[in-house]
Amino acid sequence: VQEKEELIEEWQPEPLVPPVPKDHPALNYNIVSGPPTHIITVNGKECVNFASFNFLGLLDNEKVKSAAQASLKKYGVGTCGPRGFYGTFDVHLELEERLAKFMRTEEAIIYSYGFATIASAIPAYSKRGDIVFVDEAACFAIQKGLQASRSNIKLFKHNDMADLERLLKEQETEDQKNPRKARVTRRFIVVEGLYVNTGDICPLPELIKLKYKYKVRIFLEESLSFGVLGQHGRGITEHFGINIDDIDLISANMENSLASIGGFCCGRSFIIDHQRLSGQGYCFSASLPPLLAAAAIEALNIMEDNPDIFQTLRAKCERIHKALQGISGLKVVGESFSPALHLQLEESCGSRENDVKLLKRVVDYCMNSGIALTQARYLEKEEKCLPPPSIRIVITVEQTEQELDKAASLLKEAAQSVLN
Amino acid sequence: VHNGGLYKRPFNEAFEETPMLVAVLTYVGYGVLTLFGYLRDFMRQWKIEKCQNATEREEQKDFVPLYQDFENFYNRNLYMRIRDSWNRPICSVPGAKVDMMERVSHDYNWTFTYTGRVIKDIINMGSYNYLGFAQKAGTCQEAAAKVLSQYGAGVCSTRQEMGNLDKHEELEELVARFLGVESAMAYGMGFATNSMNITCESSSNKYPASWGCLILSDELNHASLVLGARLSGATIRIFKHNNMQSLEKLLKDAIVHGQPRTRRPWKKILILVEGIYSMEGSIVRLPEVIALKKKYKSYLYLDEAHSIGALGPSGRGVVEYFGLSPEDVDVMMGTFTKSFGAAGGYIGGKKELIDYLRTYSHSAVYATSLSPPVVEQIITSMKCIMGEDGTTVGKARVQQLAENTRYFRRRLKEMGFIIYGNEDSPVVPLMLYMPAKIGAFGREMLKRNIGVVVVGFPATPIIESRARFCLSAAHTKEMLDTVSGLL
Repeated sequence: VQEKEELIEEWQPEPLVPPVPKDHPALNYNIVSGPPTHIITVNGKECVNFASFNFLGLLDNEKVKSAAQASLKKYGVGTCGPRGFYGTFDVHLELEERLAKFMRTEEAIIYSYGFATIASAIPAYSKRGDIVFVDEAACFAIQKGLQASRSNIKLFKHNDMADLERLLKEQETEDQKNPRKARVTRRFIVVEGLYVNTGDICPLPELIKLKYKYKVRIFLEESLSFGVLGQHGRGITEHFGINIDDIDLISANMENSLASIGGFCCGRSFIIDHQRLSGQGYCFSASLPPLLAAAAIEALNIMEDNPDIFQTLRAKCERIHKALQGISGLKVVGESFSPALHLQLEESCGSRENDVKLLKRVVDYCMNSGIALTQARYLEKEEKCLPPPSIRIVITVEQTEQELDKAASLLKEAAQSVLN
Repeated sequence: VHNGGLYKRPFNEAFEETPMLVAVLTYVGYGVLTLFGYLRDFMRQWKIEKCQNATEREEQKDFVPLYQDFENFYNRNLYMRIRDSWNRPICSVPGAKVDMMERVSHDYNWTFTYTGRVIKDIINMGSYNYLGFAQKAGTCQEAAAKVLSQYGAGVCSTRQEMGNLDKHEELEELVARFLGVESAMAYGMGFATNSMNITCESSSNKYPASWGCLILSDELNHASLVLGARLSGATIRIFKHNNMQSLEKLLKDAIVHGQPRTRRPWKKILILVEGIYSMEGSIVRLPEVIALKKKYKSYLYLDEAHSIGALGPSGRGVVEYFGLSPEDVDVMMGTFTKSFGAAGGYIGGKKELIDYLRTYSHSAVYATSLSPPVVEQIITSMKCIMGEDGTTVGKARVQQLAENTRYFRRRLKEMGFIIYGNEDSPVVPLMLYMPAKIGAFGREMLKRNIGVVVVGFPATPIIESRARFCLSAAHTKEMLDTVSGLL
């Protein structure tokens, strides 16, 4: 007993959290005064916003705001309960119906937080012992969902269908060795429509072929492509002309094109209904505040009534993609029709820290001249495949052609002065 | 009570043992239901009874089945029978009285249709509206409306990129002042606050995973705490609910024996507890936990989801209720959903902790920040509770809630019901035990215009199903009398 007392006396724990150096690049946030809309006031300076994911410009749309105001007057702000216990409002049911109708699926389910949507959906279906094939460039929310599911994760090279097929073939030979186990092991492929980390599109038609050949289910994350791709904004399935029932689950967040908060999953009732009892972020969390649901419904209305905004957005993306080619020292990463691009250094200067500092100087140069930009932020130690440091460029329908040209020329100037 | 001397006020908690007869009858009830379940599954398989489930696509029938038959057994056969007790849609403010959309089922709860009628003025004993801030008019709502028209509904960016508004900075400073801590940080979802930030507290400078960190978690912790602890990768050990001897034993063993295989000392120990446990109605034995924490040099993570605003003479939560100092709690976490009538969560603590979270929290880097009108609701309601808006409305509400709690609990005890939990907790679980009673209780109370929440397996142990009342400062004495009368 004496010895035990001594051990207890002597033991010293580490501090709860390690100290963060004062000049850590992520510690000092930009402060935005006022609404983060097209013209944004960052750290006291007025700039044109090229950093918020407000693709369709619905953040300060008057109709959306008045729908939210009406809902505020009727319901107050919070819902005071999860969906199971008097937290289901008629606006939630209406939003789910409208989303299902818009995406032409049987059913949709809403979450109150975009990050939690895919992070709760994956563990609801994929458990310990199941196999998930995931793209290397998958976003962090998908990675957390996979970690929570405790399944076997197999990463395939970004957009490399040959690599995926190799992994699937390997799995097939494994299955033949143990057919009983194979009959109960579920398999999934998780991909994104437009990848947030790289700005390119996934080759969905080839994936569908692989799906039926190897009997794997597909989960598609469409946060960036919902409201952007396709003739009516229905996402990558409309873009490629694929039957939406071929995709088992589509998940998206409403925080980009719909300019609201939260996320949704849509698909057949057979699949979506399961999440109502086993989606952790759905059952154990308060539901979405009704004013945000009403804002999302109004945003959907606007999307349905004006299908030509998608074409306008794509034209602007093409324009700036072309204008940004040929900047010495910086290269553009992303598809020409993707509204979220990355600008990476053509040559790294040795360490990630120095690259980040260099890009910060470019960003500061642009901010001082009236274009608000931001670097893409990552958790360096926790990402599975950390993307290189980059500047994030977001294109919205509200940006005029002059502003796009100004941004491109400013970036050219900044690159010249900082990198040379 | 283990260490009576640490408590400055009486601590009365009661968990009556389940009477033996009731336990037996409950098991019999579940047994009968299970038998029936097998019988109906058998009939469905042989197509004697029509199968009402949604089914797999024709083209995918040869894929590996998505759900195992056994997983869904409970769902199909027991849950479906009483499914109408949950997910009841409402169409008004979730205040003391609420309007519900009427729904009927013609096929035993497989599908619902809405008749279009609205049942008005149901007394709401289910929403987490402790201080009655769920209102559709008043200063909070007006302020939120103003901010909504100025800022819009969404934010479209993360905190570290372009989503950090001046409103967020204002909110965090206010939360820090409210709690009496150095600094605070706010997040968009209470569940996500737990699941994404426990990793940060158990992380280590040298190694990416939480090697060498130990988490001691209460038996009945919420799903978000369990998920957060799992995602952190640290070793988890569970101690019996609110049992200080069990916790002390675990702490002693951990320090004396070290890590399981290598016998090296643990890098740090984190204790996870909640302020009020929502299924039991019990309050954490905070003075004893803090004494243990200081003796064994571990860290304390307190989740005040249900107790912030609901306990304490000025609504500052369980720390104030026991008369302790907020500096003794290393991480004070809470949500804005329950007492403040908004949405979201926060973490408060020392400046180093919050700086670390601002840099490394998953939510700060990858998740959208709080919506501006929601932030304004929190700011206004918090100022009201603190009395900074110049009125005593906040203080009056806190007192009203305490009175309502004591009155209601006393009445139910007098009437002979088995109530769990602490005398001062506004969460009142009423034991039902039998599976048949769960559905019947919910439906009968609804017929009498009272909305209650019933919970059964798997949220509670299988024989301890209960109805849970959540009291609110908005409930008047007449409402409480009506409810207890109708019970």
